[in-house]
Amino acid sequence: MDRRTFLATTAAGAAALSFPAILRAQSTEPLRIGFPLPLTGPFGALAADQQRGATLAMEELNAQGGVLGRKVEVLFRDDQLKPAVGAQRTKELIENDKVQFIVGGLAAHVQMAINEQTKKSKVLFISVSQSDEISAKPDTSPLTFHEALNPTITSRAVGNWVAQNLGKKWWIIYADYAWGKQNNMVLQDVLGKQGGTVLGSTPYPLGSAEFSAHLPKIQAAKPEVLVSMTPGADNIAFLKQVQSYGMKKSMRIAQPLHWLPQLKEGGPDLYADIYGGTSFYWELADTVPSAKKYVEVYQKKYNAPPGDYGAYAFSGVMEIARGCTLAKSFDSEAVADALRKNATYDHYKGKQWWRTCDNKSFQDLWIVKGREPGKTRGEWGLAEIVTKIPASEELDRTCKEKGLA
Amino acid sequence: MSALRAIAARIATHPVLAFWIFFVVFPFIVPNRTMATQVLIFGLLAMGFNLLYGYTGLLSFGHAAYYGLGAYGCGIALAKLHVGSLWLGLISGFLLAALGGLVIGFFCLRRRGIYFAMLTLAFAQLLYFIGFHLSDWTGGDDGLRGIPQLALGLGPWRYQIDTTIAFYYFAYVLVGLAVLALKRILDSPFGAVLQAIRENSSRAEACGYDVNRVKHLSFVFSACFAGLAGSLDALRLTVVPVESLYWTTSGQVVIMTLLGGSGTFFGPFVGAATFLVLEERLSLVLESWPLVIGAIFSAFVLFLPKGIWGTLTGGIHGRQSA
Amino acid sequence: MPELSTLLAQVFTGLVLGMIYVLLAIGLSLIFGLMAVVNFAHGALFMLGAYFGVFLLSYTKSFWVALIVAPLMVGALGLLMERFLIRRLYGRSPDDPLLLTFGLSLILVEGVKVLWGKIGLTLDPPRALAGAVNLGFMSFPAYRLFLIGITVAVLVGLYFFLGRTNIGLIIRAGSRDPLMVRALGIDLSRVWLVVFGIGTALAGLAGILAGPMRGAYAEMGVTMVIESFVVIVVGGMGSLLGAVVAGLLIGQVVGLTTLFIPKAADIMVFMVMAVILLVRPSGLFGEAGLAE
Repeated sequence: MDRRTFLATTAAGAAALSFPAILRAQSTEPLRIGFPLPLTGPFGALAADQQRGATLAMEELNAQGGVLGRKVEVLFRDDQLKPAVGAQRTKELIENDKVQFIVGGLAAHVQMAINEQTKKSKVLFISVSQSDEISAKPDTSPLTFHEALNPTITSRAVGNWVAQNLGKKWWIIYADYAWGKQNNMVLQDVLGKQGGTVLGSTPYPLGSAEFSAHLPKIQAAKPEVLVSMTPGADNIAFLKQVQSYGMKKSMRIAQPLHWLPQLKEGGPDLYADIYGGTSFYWELADTVPSAKKYVEVYQKKYNAPPGDYGAYAFSGVMEIARGCTLAKSFDSEAVADALRKNATYDHYKGKQWWRTCDNKSFQDLWIVKGREPGKTRGEWGLAEIVTKIPASEELDRTCKEKGLA
Repeated sequence: MSALRAIAARIATHPVLAFWIFFVVFPFIVPNRTMATQVLIFGLLAMGFNLLYGYTGLLSFGHAAYYGLGAYGCGIALAKLHVGSLWLGLISGFLLAALGGLVIGFFCLRRRGIYFAMLTLAFAQLLYFIGFHLSDWTGGDDGLRGIPQLALGLGPWRYQIDTTIAFYYFAYVLVGLAVLALKRILDSPFGAVLQAIRENSSRAEACGYDVNRVKHLSFVFSACFAGLAGSLDALRLTVVPVESLYWTTSGQVVIMTLLGGSGTFFGPFVGAATFLVLEERLSLVLESWPLVIGAIFSAFVLFLPKGIWGTLTGGIHGRQSA
Repeated sequence: MPELSTLLAQVFTGLVLGMIYVLLAIGLSLIFGLMAVVNFAHGALFMLGAYFGVFLLSYTKSFWVALIVAPLMVGALGLLMERFLIRRLYGRSPDDPLLLTFGLSLILVEGVKVLWGKIGLTLDPPRALAGAVNLGFMSFPAYRLFLIGITVAVLVGLYFFLGRTNIGLIIRAGSRDPLMVRALGIDLSRVWLVVFGIGTALAGLAGILAGPMRGAYAEMGVTMVIESFVVIVVGGMGSLLGAVVAGLLIGQVVGLTTLFIPKAADIMVFMVMAVILLVRPSGLFGEAGLAE
């Protein structure tokens, strides 16, 4: 043991002694939260961010003495981005590991498979990834909470802004699966209301990585904005091909979502001047107090800034804790009621609230734009914040439209 | 080791009885009861695969297709068509898988040898993409949700399957019947022909057997077992993800069977249990656990081709042993 | 009905995709023709080609060096795989090498994530090829034209190698009648090694060529290997001409269905295979009975 570790250990020991709450917390059964996430599979980088965010929440809660005197324990399980595995791990978490709550899931299909299990076991589930269905009939339930944005909110917010600021003649290209199709529908609707024209809307097979079929056609139509829903590895391939056809110069490119790991993968050369929406970007630390705190803690522990999915996970775990404290109970129904009664919270980016009819979280989102090569802010400062779109229930479907009267 | 072998040999002589006795206590001797049902279902799926690979000598890399068809058949009948009976749901899954086996088997058996593996893989991918796009029926990439766990009706008597342990025994009886059916198939003259084909296809042909027809029938039986497994899994999880049809499911079945021992009666169940436990345990301690699974599997192919159960029972690879 | 220029652009795009398929399928077919081994790891080696490309590019700063060395590295790995692992399985069922290479592909895909991280990497084409070229009726990315050129050059080289050199003669003879070649006193195991090396190097070449269009990520070879199997079934197993024709055909099928019926693009490849199996089970250029 060198001097530094010795000091660290003694300091930790002293801290433990001086905070009796921690000792008390450790003497009882911990509060267990199950967290399925795709640590393996193509979205491993986003899952790693989720795991970090949730871990930070756990550590922060335990440093404050846990929840109602109980230590918090988050149990991470690899769902491999496969719904069946997500369902199996959730069942095991509930039945064998006796978790009281489930937070987690990445990608809509895995979340809904998890939700099937939590509904059956009457366990409160906070979903932390995009999905329209999860907060609508028939999938939702009084114990299903949705912390993340959804395609409707994202595309309405980004679509309105793009139409007002970048141009009203669009071409839309989207991956032919649920997320792409939902976004496409919402965007077409938004542009219609803004009085713009959709020159064309092209689906492509998800994961095909070949866009050059469509690009000449799009180029010839001369849209002002090209809106793309090309998730995962497709996004890089798409932008590379757009660039090689020289289309970045002749039109603006916008997408509903920018993901930090992807900006990093593609680099500023690819993402420069590409507009996108995001639920969280670490440079918010400059302006939002709770963001500053979250980014600092995260940066210190992991030596890299947090991403949006990790922040959802952080907030999800914190909400479980807040709900338990308010309800003075670990019972799922009681916690759900407590969250609906005290619906407003702020864990990392400003005020958010639960809409009580569908347990959907409403929150600000931001439009960001890729920085040019040479103008980036360090290794991870790949985008600049263009504007904030304030939280609004108008952006989502109404509870009636979701089948919840 | 020799004691283990003796026990294994004893089990091997009465496989069906051994199955019924062992699996009745199984959920009480494993720490993870939720996984017990999964072992039964994936064991059944691997058992179907083994009929084709281990006993007929045809390597299928597309068993996801029949598992997925079974799952969708059952799920669509219950969640979309609201047939209102668990039995009808199971039968729908079973029949859809059998039909899939019949049609795809016809195509894949147009070419022999190593082609077969590639064709089964390609056709399973075709089904995956069809399932992906037919989202009105399959839920597309969101998967089919909301499959009701109806009570099982047996005349006036009703059996609830909505708890883990109740579902286990429901699956136990069905899988046990499938095990009995497989034993009957293997012991019949048809089973003898299958193994003759595996040993030497041309000789079987020379003996006057319609080799292609026998293979096709074996293919359909194999698909039926896989389809039953799929139906059960749809009921267990109340969701059918489109990934059920994806080729990784097929790969998993191959790994399970090879780990347990192909061409052995219990190998698939041993393999399914080994794989599922490995996957669950490894993923807790190691992020890149698929690498370890790949290495273990490769090592088995190289050094332990008889698999765990085959090595224990000392059965010679390529001969029937229980 | 789309305009003629759109159609032509799409044909060119299909051609580029077809070239990648051809490189993959020829490698698979060579290995299969001589050794009756189906290399399931071919897709993983394709992916490694792209990763080695990124790695070499970051060290040497030269795309051209990477373009030559990355396939050689993949080929070297192929040699090691054949010599130390697959060779142990000769004489066992032909399914066993397929199973082993399936296991190896799992290791490679996950290993890449351990080595290079979970986030994919990008691979930029050389500056000279970054822009678009005006072909008169449309503009087309220069890099894609280059890809077509390189592939054609490699195919011509391969043709002469197999047709005009001694080792090429042995390879072709060995795939026809291995017993006879052995009887002539030729050590086939060395030929196998060479062929496995060439076949895997071609997969690596396809990988680094695809890199600048798609980037490098661990799962990039997964579906490519399945589609390459389809190409081989359509072309006729073991037939090099078949691999070329079928590769180009499948490229066009994907390209044109993407344009006309995007929903059917991923299904159509397999439908073509089903039709071929019905009307000509041995494939376009396959000989009935070979490899059965």
